[in-house]
Amino acid sequence: MNIMSSSISNSDTIAAHYVDEHRDDEASKLGMWLFLFTELILFGGLFLVYSIYRMMNPEAFAAGSFHLNVSIGAINTVVLITSSATVALSISALQFKKKRLTINLLLVTILFAFIFMVNKYFEWGHKFELGLFPGGDAFNALEGGERLFYVLYYFMTGLHGLHVIIGAALIAWVAWEVKVGKQTHDNFAFLENAGLYWHLVDLIWIFLFPLMYLIN
Amino acid sequence: MQENHSTPSHVSFFEETGGRKGIFKWILTTDHKRIGLLYLYSIATFFIVGAALGVMMRLELMYPGQQFVKPATYNSLFTLHGVIMIFLFIIPGIPAVFGNIMLPILIGAKDVAFPRVNLLSWYLYVIGAIFALSTLVFGSGPADTGWTFYAPYSVNTETNVSMSVLAAFVLGFSSILTGLNFIVTIHRMRAPGMSWFKMPLFAWSLYATAWIQLLATPVIGITLLMIFAERFLGVGLFDPSLGGDPILYQHMFWIYSHPAVYVMVLPAMGVISEIVSTFAQRKIYGYRAIAYSSLAIAFIGYFVWGHHMFTSGMSGPARVIFSILTFLVAIPSAVKVFNWLATLYGGSINLKVPLLYALGFIFLFMIGGLTGLILGALATDVHLHDTVFVVGHFHYVMFGGTGFAFMAAIHYWFPKIYGINYNMRRAISSFWVLFVGFNVMYFPMMVVGVMGMPRRYFDYLPEFHVPNFIATIGSWILSVGLIMMIGNLIVAFRKPKRAVDNPWNGRTLEWTVATPPTLENFDVIPTITKGPYEYHEQ
Repeated sequence: MNIMSSSISNSDTIAAHYVDEHRDDEASKLGMWLFLFTELILFGGLFLVYSIYRMMNPEAFAAGSFHLNVSIGAINTVVLITSSATVALSISALQFKKKRLTINLLLVTILFAFIFMVNKYFEWGHKFELGLFPGGDAFNALEGGERLFYVLYYFMTGLHGLHVIIGAALIAWVAWEVKVGKQTHDNFAFLENAGLYWHLVDLIWIFLFPLMYLIN
Repeated sequence: MQENHSTPSHVSFFEETGGRKGIFKWILTTDHKRIGLLYLYSIATFFIVGAALGVMMRLELMYPGQQFVKPATYNSLFTLHGVIMIFLFIIPGIPAVFGNIMLPILIGAKDVAFPRVNLLSWYLYVIGAIFALSTLVFGSGPADTGWTFYAPYSVNTETNVSMSVLAAFVLGFSSILTGLNFIVTIHRMRAPGMSWFKMPLFAWSLYATAWIQLLATPVIGITLLMIFAERFLGVGLFDPSLGGDPILYQHMFWIYSHPAVYVMVLPAMGVISEIVSTFAQRKIYGYRAIAYSSLAIAFIGYFVWGHHMFTSGMSGPARVIFSILTFLVAIPSAVKVFNWLATLYGGSINLKVPLLYALGFIFLFMIGGLTGLILGALATDVHLHDTVFVVGHFHYVMFGGTGFAFMAAIHYWFPKIYGINYNMRRAISSFWVLFVGFNVMYFPMMVVGVMGMPRRYFDYLPEFHVPNFIATIGSWILSVGLIMMIGNLIVAFRKPKRAVDNPWNGRTLEWTVATPPTLENFDVIPTITKGPYEYHEQ
């Protein structure tokens, strides 16, 4: 947040901050923050729908939550938080001109993203086997509130999973740019922005995990 | 009038091709002025399509009974008219066209902060437009839900709602990127010395608009995705028979779509501020009040969405609160109107066509705004909510307001953008035809609405015939006016009359640069020492 306030207070001397005419790292970071706001509000809409339906069907939501696998969710939470740390470390590593280490840290981040998605696959796959998906027999046998829980579960974790995939692809691209020398110790705005995006993916999961898995 | 300062050797952005040929000069450009013009041509095209659909609706309503379209076709007509006019014309309208072309120049910058993102937002616009229009050809016919896509009908209907919803989603993304670009541009790229309160008011209004685009649009994005999931997976999020709540859809929809009407009207107000000051040759009255009122409208605009749902079964206290907030939002709008009038008072008024359109805007927007208060009041809204009165009100603020401001902006900046003059006499007469046609068309709608004619029907009771007949005649006058206005601008290119750099004796930065502007707008970035409307010191 503090980039926002600094760019306002320095408004009269802005031109002095340019690196050159075609590169303004502060601007690209500000742009990324604004984009992250839109992502937060995108998920915010879903959280709103979730909270209203949970308020209308508290018991059904608790019952639905009871069937989710808390250990897989917890493992995935740890995996994502750790990956946020590795991506943050990669930025420091690049600032210390440790290129090899930077790339390795980014690859570890991608590995964590992969582990997350594999867990997710098994989790969803198990539910599908039980018929707990829109249109499935077990799903159709549920009453309205619990159905809504599962619909929101799939919708929210699905949209989040899509963000994990996009984030991992972004980090792969950054890793390649580090490798070919496009991101360097004094020019790493793209790496930083990809890192910001990855933290957002992490942040959203940190809210999703208790809301979905830890009711009661 | 000032002398033309641009040297004969200056290379305008039209001549600067970046080594590209033919159409690639345009569709691969990252120049904010070319992108603005790409938007202008595409938006104008869709406006004409939308207007033609509107004329068809008026023809159907000329007499009671079924005339020439089937009831279902009529439903598709007003849906497509709404989707095109809202998502393809009036939301991108002024920001994407005149914001793109003028914002960097007004704040003394060479381009927007992210030129390639700017081009991307136009691509997304075109993709969205193709999706929206493809419903005419593919699937089982264009959507018949109205542009609001209310659930559960939008989930159950056979027509191609999915494609329309996808179009609105993509167009929302385009709008977000434009807003994001403008915010960063204004924060980072103002010329040295251009503090926040030395910015022209058009830039202020774009800034307020950009925050709404950024913070409201994602809500409609996610809501439309839910409709999409609903249609393909039948998940029941908004279907009462499956446990969902259709009223929640309405809330989600209007949480975006009410702020969106300020995306439509705020930039228009910015244009009017520029024009009123220039053609009164007078410093704008209450600069800070106008700037702050833009932010106030953007802010309060988030909290009034419930007034679209007074008859949907909200609780009493919620309705009262939304009604009070709706009245509040009228205050900053009125602040602007009074400031414009105060600017005109005692000015040396130059009654050229941009000012005529601006005065037209003020007049029509006042009618639209005051009828808005009638709808914002609970007791009257319950009677008027589902009548044609709402249609009349909405067109007074949107067409009479933003539409007229759009035309004011075209006539104001046309000489700067193209470097040629249009015929002033013909421009003035087309304004009067438009103005008369507009009132003849939309005023009877409000009358017949008060009489009780419901909206969204292809047919009506015989006692509503006379006002409907007059309105249809009005639609013809309005069409003639539009053809005259557009024709006049096109004819200007036939025997081009070279425009001077500053035809209206304006004080903002765009009038100091070459005509048409060069690729980078400024040879030397200016240092700003005084406010944008200093007319008293020559």
